[in-house]
Amino acid sequence: MAEVLVLVDHVEGKVRKTTSELLTIARRLGEPSAVFVGTGFDAAKETLARFGAEKVYRVESPEVLGHLVVPQAELLAQLVSSTSPAAVLVPSSPEGKEIGARLAVKTESGLITDAVDVQAAGDGSGVTTTQSVFAGSYTVSATVTKGTPIVAVKPNSATPEESAGAAADEVVDFTPSDAAKGARITESKPKQATGRPELTEAAIVVSGGRGTGGDFSKVEDFADSLGAAVGASRAAVDAGWYPHTSQVGQTGKQVSPQLYVACGISGAIQHRAGMQTSKTIVAVNKDNEAPIFELVDFGVVGDLFTVLPQATEAITAAKD
Amino acid sequence: MNIVVCVKYVPDAQAERTFNASDNTTDRENVDGLLSELDEYAVEEALKIVEAGEGEVTVLTVGPDAAADAVKKALQMGAHKGVHVGDDAIHGSDAIATSLVLAEAIKKIGADSAVDLVVTGMASTDGTMGVVPAMVAERLGLPAVTFASELAVDGSTGGSVTIRRDGDASTQTITATLPALVSVTDQINEPRYPSFKGIMAAKKKPVERWTLADLGIDAAQVGLDAAWTKVDSFTARPPRAQGEIVADEGDGGRRLAAFLTERKFV
Ligand SMILES: Cc1cc2nc3c(=O)[nH]c(=O)nc-3n(C[C@H](O)[C@H](O)[C@H](O)COP(=O)(O)OP(=O)(O)OC[C@H]3O[C@@H](n4cnc5c(N)ncnc54)[C@H](O)[C@@H]3O)c2cc1C
Repeated sequence: MAEVLVLVDHVEGKVRKTTSELLTIARRLGEPSAVFVGTGFDAAKETLARFGAEKVYRVESPEVLGHLVVPQAELLAQLVSSTSPAAVLVPSSPEGKEIGARLAVKTESGLITDAVDVQAAGDGSGVTTTQSVFAGSYTVSATVTKGTPIVAVKPNSATPEESAGAAADEVVDFTPSDAAKGARITESKPKQATGRPELTEAAIVVSGGRGTGGDFSKVEDFADSLGAAVGASRAAVDAGWYPHTSQVGQTGKQVSPQLYVACGISGAIQHRAGMQTSKTIVAVNKDNEAPIFELVDFGVVGDLFTVLPQATEAITAAKD
Repeated sequence: MNIVVCVKYVPDAQAERTFNASDNTTDRENVDGLLSELDEYAVEEALKIVEAGEGEVTVLTVGPDAAADAVKKALQMGAHKGVHVGDDAIHGSDAIATSLVLAEAIKKIGADSAVDLVVTGMASTDGTMGVVPAMVAERLGLPAVTFASELAVDGSTGGSVTIRRDGDASTQTITATLPALVSVTDQINEPRYPSFKGIMAAKKKPVERWTLADLGIDAAQVGLDAAWTKVDSFTARPPRAQGEIVADEGDGGRRLAAFLTERKFV
């Protein structure tokens, strides 16, 4: 069976959930081989094995780490030529897409980004992917017609399923080219942990908009009662009330959780682009004509400053 | 500083966007188009760089005749000259082919005086893949710094571009030596509106029209047939059936909690 290369997304060996999703998808297409760049492999190995990685190609060189994506694209290109994989799966993050883009040019292969599903093609060759486009108003099915399919897969595109793999590691002999070192990371400030789930990975997302007037405390309390991640509209981000990394929408994160709760958010097309594919949508908004209500499974027309605390209290009481 | 800004003419996001049933490509005929809003940030940033020092901004687009509007808007904002690559053979091109045309056009622009910096938006508002900048950089052999939320240029010889990128796990400072490509987010600036003076001045600014032949690109390398990916089908997402909407009469929060409990989210 052909190998399927999966680029591991991790922070010092702590493997992100998206990687277990990619490994689960990879098993549909062939034999998963994880590609691990950086330090912390010992910590990562167990997770990679648990989700079915048969092999792990690994590079620890600090040269690769300090230099962003180009060395990783070169490494993957080298592995594509040495292993002729059935597909290469990368996370559909800014870095993942950039690596995919460069890899596509290097290997003359078709690239699909933002896939929410990947299956082996019916005729047994290649892969068929599903994406949602135009702010989630269309679903598109696509195939790669040239080279090795390179697919950037969105978080939450598969439920991670365990299946023991050998995770036999092989240190790859790899030296990045000089051209790969043209850009380098000179400083990296870790973001402060909020203790809440990662926005794109969370099962529940509660977002606040301009309607919070800058006070996110009721939104956060409500989110915490549900174990949810907290998001924000661009109006709230532009006002400086919440960090840009929490922005949901066209120019922020695209989330697709089981439940999305929009609080004091009107529902502009650019916001919808980031949440329209959520399974269940709920809104709290003072204005009964707010466009967000067109999308909801349940809506409360009311002031979030009274509705949310009452809901938080009821949920907390129900849990005890 | 010689800057090229790549811009795209896209269907208006506020309109009903759809596909051509005949070949599964984006419908660009029946929907009003405009300069992709996300490219306005790129134009603005390039203008700020030359205004703070010296240099020239060339705005480059690849697209159908109507895409001339995107170039015009950028010239009205203050870009110095425009290049519009148009050719029937380009219809249906994917990101790969588009990046080829852009890269060859940038080489041709740079033939007279070398290009120091290529600036792009973070993604288009229609395709939204966000991969063309990296592909163009790869083809030109340039380093790329993408998704810049802040940018500083050191234009001296052997200069560099430094950006801030807000990632999920960390905020990074990234430096690349010039020449380089940078893509900018909508966090980086507030794009200006064209002034009346800008609109008048734009009418006299030079815009070159190039075809594939001018760039030495074989038509077989672009267009739908040359795409390395293929859209097999598209389906409109069924409109979401509107659920229950209740007015808060003192129990809105409890009713919300009851709904979430019933749906097993609690
Ligand atoms: C190129 C481009 C990209 C963009 N990208 C994004 C993006 O990624 N994400 C994004 O979100 N937006 C994006 N936008 C902006 C988008 O168009 C909207 O401006 C933005 O989403 C509005 O945010 P909002 O809903 O919080 O604010 P508003 O539209 O002002 O809505 C606030 C809502 O809060 C309600 N409200 C007020 N007070 C209360 C209260 N006490 N209780 C309950 N409800 C209350 C009001 O009735 C109103 O409906 C983009 C725009 C452009 C041009």
